[in-house]
Amino acid sequence: MGRYVIRRLLQMIPVFIGSTFLIFVMVYALGDPVAALFGDKAPDPATAARIRHELYLDQPLWKQYLHYMGQIFRGDFGTAFNGQKVTELLAGAYPVTLRLTLVAVVIELLVGITLGVVSGLRRGRSVDTSVLVLTLIVISVPTFVSGYVLQFLFGVKWDLIRPTVSPDAPFSELILPGVVLALVSLAYVTRLTRTSIAENVRADYVRTAVAKGLPRRRIITRHLLRNSLIPVVTFIGTDIGALMGGAIVTEKIFNIHGVGYQIYQGILRNNAPTVVGFVTILVIVFLLANLLVDLLYAVLDPRIRYA
Amino acid sequence: MPENTLKKDKPTVEEPAVAVAEAGPAPDKPRSLAADAWADLCRKPLFLLSGLLILFLLLVSAFPGLFSSTDPTAGDLSKHFLTKPELSHVFQPDWFGYDNQGRSIYARVVYGTRVSILVGVGVTVLVTVVGGLMGMLAGYFGGIWDTLLSRITDVFFGIPFILGAMVVLNAFTERTVWTVIGALAFLGWTAIARVMRGAVITARHADYVLAAKALGAGTSRILFRHILPNAIAPVIVVATIQLGVYIVAESTLSYLGLGLGTNEVSWGGDIDTASDHIRNAPHILFFPAGMLSITVLAFIMLGDAVREALDPKLR
Repeated sequence: MGRYVIRRLLQMIPVFIGSTFLIFVMVYALGDPVAALFGDKAPDPATAARIRHELYLDQPLWKQYLHYMGQIFRGDFGTAFNGQKVTELLAGAYPVTLRLTLVAVVIELLVGITLGVVSGLRRGRSVDTSVLVLTLIVISVPTFVSGYVLQFLFGVKWDLIRPTVSPDAPFSELILPGVVLALVSLAYVTRLTRTSIAENVRADYVRTAVAKGLPRRRIITRHLLRNSLIPVVTFIGTDIGALMGGAIVTEKIFNIHGVGYQIYQGILRNNAPTVVGFVTILVIVFLLANLLVDLLYAVLDPRIRYA
Repeated sequence: MPENTLKKDKPTVEEPAVAVAEAGPAPDKPRSLAADAWADLCRKPLFLLSGLLILFLLLVSAFPGLFSSTDPTAGDLSKHFLTKPELSHVFQPDWFGYDNQGRSIYARVVYGTRVSILVGVGVTVLVTVVGGLMGMLAGYFGGIWDTLLSRITDVFFGIPFILGAMVVLNAFTERTVWTVIGALAFLGWTAIARVMRGAVITARHADYVLAAKALGAGTSRILFRHILPNAIAPVIVVATIQLGVYIVAESTLSYLGLGLGTNEVSWGGDIDTASDHIRNAPHILFFPAGMLSITVLAFIMLGDAVREALDPKLR
């Protein structure tokens, strides 16, 4: 187990370097951060050259990247162009988005797996059909539509919640944004669980469990569900990264100052250090979530062993 | 938009169905399963419904003039958005009402179809070609090729899709449909590459490949004539479903202001404007959002139907 984890961590290094280099190139080579500093005014060439030198931008791109990586490992993510330390921005935004993602994942798991089990066990019946139709509708309505509609209904029309989230973003205010963020993935989790349950319900071990006279509840939760969760866990693992990055839309609608908000502002203003810093952390989260998923496989399916 | 490019795009959506009919997915009984799948599809209400819807959407995007004679960009401020839609005025410009600049929402919904369909189909075609080739090379040659290409796939997969596309698009001040297609395809090919690699690895050791090799077939012949037809089924399924995802991605980018410029008519951009007026004029949001959802729904239903027809486990 320990050796497996170490091997996986080592394998992550090239992917981490590749992904961060790619985003670094995309941000620094495609946009011009120095021109962005000056806004609409054309920068004075001498000043621009001085800033370029100070920010290490007069070096070839690979040297800039090495320099940047070296600084990251010393805990220095650089300074955003408004003078704020990127680490400060990170410390402010990540906890908020982490809470939002947590709410979304919990909703996905609770509602998605329950609906999936219910419909998978009754495949072809009316409950199943209605759940399927519901998931299709949920998948096809984009987040930025469902977000505005739910915000309008719950926050404005029925006045049940605050339509926007306060800067502290406590859990209680993140429930509706969490639902909005979770919706599409929720539908996928439901469908994956449904297919998996419907496939496994005919398996021998289920028949054995039934023959042993185990209560139905125990068969479903301990035998059937545990064996059916692998595709769902795989999906959630890749989804955590997507949720944190894809929270841009949700955060924009509910005015949440999290990762998505910061990256969005960073991209619009060509604020290169912010964008690269935030995406670097996102890549790390994504890679670790995938490792966690692989380790969970062994928990769910005892036949899988990591030597 | 030149008309001929649209005509070229038209058959590409039909392609999955045709390819399904010709290419057998299962190694044991290729021809009969393919024919079976096609017959199965024709009996499925899900497939017929989504197929009809998609044909209709293709027609609208190719000839928007047939459905609305109003200029979608012509605004008349005297026709304010507070005038509610007159649903009885079928096909009239005020059918769906007017937006905040007095432009006909109906005309904008009709003309906006083109961008969504073009981006969806364009990205899917590019992604299938690029991702398919990458996956095929990695799966067939294995060894160092596999390691290298798989790591490259991982690298692109690690970058959040929408975020990456935003960064790329932000570098372009003049964004057209083709820039958006390019940016989405640049980051989106990984899913297809992974599926293709898996399918090719399964097909690579089959007896017919060995037989083809023994008969002296060249690598490209083995790859494209023997392995590809047997590995394409899962790719078609993923590509069809992804098409809907790309349409959502395009509208999300337009909504965030990083897609097409405001001069182009696109549902995402219209939804962005509408979101400012949701309290007093929800109908501006309703029509483009509804069309967008119906379009995505059609492609997802098609993907579902194709998957059910091709996956032997579900039969």
